[in-house]
Amino acid sequence: MTSPTIEYGLIAPLLVLLGGAVCAVLVEALVPRTRRFGVQFGLAVIAQLIALTLVCAGWSVTPGVAVMGGLSIDGPTRIVWSLLLVFGLGATLLYGERRVSGGTSAFAAQAHTVPGSRAEHEAIAARQENTEVFVLLELSLFGMLVFPAANDLLTMFVALEILSLPLYVMCSLARRRRLLSQEAALKYFLLGAMSSALFLFGAALLYGFSGSFQFADIDAGITLGIESQTLLMAGLALTSIGVLFKIGAVPFHSWVPDVYTGAPTPVTAFMAVCTKLAAFGGLLRLLFVALGGARWDWQLVLAVIAVLTMVFGAVVGLAQNDVKRLLAYSSIAHAGFILVAVVGAMAGDALGEGLTGSVSGVMFYLAGYGLATMGAFAVLTMVRRSGGEATGFDAWAGLGRREPVLGAIMTLFLLSMAGIPLTGGFVGKLVAFVAGWQGGYAWLVVVAIVMSLVTAGFYFRLVKIMYFDEPDASVDVVKAGTPTWVVIIVGAVGTLVLGLAPGSVLDLFTSAAGFLR
Amino acid sequence: MNPNAYIILSAILLCIGLFGFMVRRNALIAFMSVELMLNAANLAMVTFSHVHGGLDGQIAAFFVMVVAAAEVVVGLAIIITIFRTRQSASVDDENLLKH
Repeated sequence: MTSPTIEYGLIAPLLVLLGGAVCAVLVEALVPRTRRFGVQFGLAVIAQLIALTLVCAGWSVTPGVAVMGGLSIDGPTRIVWSLLLVFGLGATLLYGERRVSGGTSAFAAQAHTVPGSRAEHEAIAARQENTEVFVLLELSLFGMLVFPAANDLLTMFVALEILSLPLYVMCSLARRRRLLSQEAALKYFLLGAMSSALFLFGAALLYGFSGSFQFADIDAGITLGIESQTLLMAGLALTSIGVLFKIGAVPFHSWVPDVYTGAPTPVTAFMAVCTKLAAFGGLLRLLFVALGGARWDWQLVLAVIAVLTMVFGAVVGLAQNDVKRLLAYSSIAHAGFILVAVVGAMAGDALGEGLTGSVSGVMFYLAGYGLATMGAFAVLTMVRRSGGEATGFDAWAGLGRREPVLGAIMTLFLLSMAGIPLTGGFVGKLVAFVAGWQGGYAWLVVVAIVMSLVTAGFYFRLVKIMYFDEPDASVDVVKAGTPTWVVIIVGAVGTLVLGLAPGSVLDLFTSAAGFLR
Repeated sequence: MNPNAYIILSAILLCIGLFGFMVRRNALIAFMSVELMLNAANLAMVTFSHVHGGLDGQIAAFFVMVVAAAEVVVGLAIIITIFRTRQSASVDDENLLKH
């Protein structure tokens, strides 16, 4: 029996992030309450910056399998890691913003106090602040990094839980409207636990099919043509359902609008961008590496799910009157657009000259979507009425006239989400749809283009409200501190750069799109 | 030993769990149903482990138990927080966030 080896060099970013989270737990115990928030904030930013540097430095290292076949550190993993850490930093900055809500963070003073009770008032009066959110953020981000890198079903399941459990807690920690926030956490938790149980049962069936949890062995089992097709099909369906739930694809979407609305806005931004990134990374590896041989079985079903997702997100989005809820439905519609590229199944290592393929299509789309979405949520935190966020459309009336700069930036984000040329969102849609087209799903691309026109309807409706309606005097656009502005400006500049000069990023993603099998 | 019986039992347990999750309105019962689904998967993995003659499935079952324990901690914390606020653990009462 050989002793296990660990490739520390390849997994260094993971270790740094986990180390940062462990140190953050110690900070909770050792640093005095008054200085804890700043220390936690700084520690989280530094840990993620070091991890990001390590990922960037590791791009040139030969891809390899680490930790006894548990993790596959290849091109797609590195793309997802880079994006996750960039957006994780963005979310951390939003977590650390205190100026918008009058010197306190967006999180409950004491999470265990009953809303409206005397204990809660005392905690608020004492200006207590919840600093554990940074620990939870780092742990969740660690799970998100492991998930798309996982090379066997068991690692994937454990990573799924590591990323989910802190998210459930973070959802319940809003400072204002705590009942909504707790309700969102309960819904997310119950449905999330159910979907991961389904994923696990699917993993057990795939294990029964191939005799191994390793993706490569499952692939070999499919190629050999093992008899028990029932096990394969049921396992394929159940594992996919588990991941599609995290993505928010119809019919596994019912939690998305409620949880996005109820959770504190920085957490919503983190979920909307980073969870989607990790889940799509994991879905691509699961479907392309482990179940690539069965693609004729899953492509059509996934195409139907993509159509349902796009149509539902676009059509129900039209009826919304709340910006936060609108962004939730828009994220469902975006999930459908990204699935178009997944259905194409143009794996990176089988590409001809000049093709971009599904992996780089998905990743580029997510980069553009992430920049616009995180920026939009940052703007959302600044529009307030008597201290709380005002998310209704009526509150946003005339915003563009009152605050020209903020209005122009928000319009840019909305145009990017609608897929208007010269923005990152347009190029993302282009490469994602081209991947679907090349994979032989022209009809799906036609549906996707029609649906992106429908989604443009609700984005333009919000733009119209921001510029042509009479302003509401009771709504304040508060001054935000540096962290929020960094997120907004990086989002705006990134959206423009991806739209005007996408070449270098697209080349980088395409060159790294091959999975290690 | 015929493994089919165990596989069928685990599928039945999964269906009972799924059915309980859909039908029961109490958050605690719904959560217990999820735990039943996890244990159905455990039974399936241990059985397949026996069929294939390896240890992978049995080791996986231990991982699942640890994960389930962590999930219980988080889940009960959320359910108890809500119960202290509303004196109710029924998921039908959670209707502030409507479409």
